[in-house]
Amino acid sequence: MGELIRLEGIVKSFDDTVVLKGIDLSVEENEFVTLLGPSGCGKTTTLRIIGGFVRPDEGRVFFDGKDITDMPANQRPVNTVFQNYALFPHMNVGENIAFSMRVKNKPEAYIKDKIKYALKLVNLDGFESRRIDQLSGGQQQRIAMARAIVNEPRVLLLDEPLGALDLKLRQEMQYELVRLKKELGITFLYITHDQEEALTMSDKVVVMNEGYIQQEGSPEEIYDEPVNAFVADFIGDSNILSGLMVDEKLVRINDIDYPCIDGSEQGFPPRTPVDVVIRPEDIEIKPYGKGLFNGTIISKLFIGVHYEMLVQSEDGEIEWLLQNYDQHDVGEKIGMYVRPENIQIMQKPKSEAESAIELDI
Amino acid sequence: MKKVLGRIYILIIMLFLYLPILTLIVLSFNEAKSMSVWTGFSLKWYEELFRSKIMMGAIVNTFSIAVLAALIATVVGTLAVIGMSAMKQRQVNVLMGFNNIPMLNADIVTGIALMLFFLMVGMPRGYITILFSHVTFCIPYVILSVKPRMNKNTDRLFEAALDLGASERYAFRRIVLPELRPGIMSGFLLSFTMSVDDFIITYFTRGAGINTISTLIYSQVKVGIRPSLFALSTLVFAAALIVLLTVNLRQSRADKALAA
Repeated sequence: MGELIRLEGIVKSFDDTVVLKGIDLSVEENEFVTLLGPSGCGKTTTLRIIGGFVRPDEGRVFFDGKDITDMPANQRPVNTVFQNYALFPHMNVGENIAFSMRVKNKPEAYIKDKIKYALKLVNLDGFESRRIDQLSGGQQQRIAMARAIVNEPRVLLLDEPLGALDLKLRQEMQYELVRLKKELGITFLYITHDQEEALTMSDKVVVMNEGYIQQEGSPEEIYDEPVNAFVADFIGDSNILSGLMVDEKLVRINDIDYPCIDGSEQGFPPRTPVDVVIRPEDIEIKPYGKGLFNGTIISKLFIGVHYEMLVQSEDGEIEWLLQNYDQHDVGEKIGMYVRPENIQIMQKPKSEAESAIELDI
Repeated sequence: MKKVLGRIYILIIMLFLYLPILTLIVLSFNEAKSMSVWTGFSLKWYEELFRSKIMMGAIVNTFSIAVLAALIATVVGTLAVIGMSAMKQRQVNVLMGFNNIPMLNADIVTGIALMLFFLMVGMPRGYITILFSHVTFCIPYVILSVKPRMNKNTDRLFEAALDLGASERYAFRRIVLPELRPGIMSGFLLSFTMSVDDFIITYFTRGAGINTISTLIYSQVKVGIRPSLFALSTLVFAAALIVLLTVNLRQSRADKALAA
């Protein structure tokens, strides 16, 4: 496995808005990489630059070691599954899938076999002569996949392909995509604003915001060790608090000292102001006075698997978000405890731009 | 009671709309030249129509100008829409403003303006100037009917075609053009009807020796109208009716085929 796609210092602005402010990205062969971020973070533009539909103002795009920045879209060895599928409405399913092969003047017998193979792969056997407007959203999505993969691209670019589907179908298609990727053995570069999609499918998640890459890593790394408050907030629910390192591996939040596992070695010497992330499922409920800190439950919601509670600290300064399998009543006074390894210490950002630049180094 | 009143209401409307045309058709088969007395069935006015070089000439002029003007306007208008798709929204808005003004402008102003223009550049007025004028007033309608087909979705389909390896030319021919086709067709038909219908602009831009159906009828009114003109009008109406019926019939057949 080697590096397949590399972006170097990509900058792009539309009119007066700078959309990408220096993107460096590397995608390995056969990886499932997800670009994750809120709308307007530049993820779609990044994908369109790789697809060849947008020219970067600065920076280069490499494919398999070759500079393809100036290569037109129709010669790039990548194919795209577009957000709204972009199926050709005046052609039937078979003709849609055959399009790229007809462009290349492949023999009809080959095309016929390939259509059959692609339809089987996406579980739509026998759909050759259906019209596009006779298909459901999920089926259109599968046809868009089939159309993109018959071209045998080395990378499939997917631009929020599940965005238009309902929840149940979306979850089903997540499994489908992972299966497809395994069967095809090609690289997927996937775009979404849905953190669940990103965490469940990817080998690597790249979190983007405001034209910068905020963090990249495995789903576990991104979830367990967010590098800043944005990532922590965007990925899952979390308590993000302002704290101060008071000693080696000891952080003070709202006048209470919490043992943690970060100190000078990790770049957080005593007297450093820091951001602290504590995931709501990592707060354990103890009898009142038996934990590290106390609080009063002020609201409770049942969310299927667990209860979600808001707990107000005794001085009223902090509202903690808790998730717990056990039921507790509103008004109940409880003690709470967090294991040192579940306290994530992060650098406090000086400003958005500064923090992002630091990440680039 | 309500139902009966409703029926009567519709009947009255139908009479208002179609009784004049019906009168025209009946009179075209009248033996006498009279417009008020029925003396017997005859096809002699149709005979006169087909023998008259002036009338046949007007028919040929009308339809050849309509077909040519519609063709040229459709090509120019479609190209304009394609060009606009690459422009910024603000520029497009300005252009569309200019595009809409000629449609709102009174025909008589357009007609006189074109006449003055042809006089100024010293262009001899005749078939060519009529054709030129018709192309001019048809283009905005083509743009207006093709433009909605050229949208974000068309851009995306074009990109998808490129993504699948098609050259720009191939993508345009196989993907964009079929997307625009309904707009192009309706633009063409609209232009054709507008051209056939036009009297005022044609009247001002034609030369002395040339007539279309509308200008011919107008000039004949002054010397006393002949029933052969009724015959001509009847034929034009019949042609329009037949076209309309076939189109509707085809549509309903297509719908049925789709439903099946």
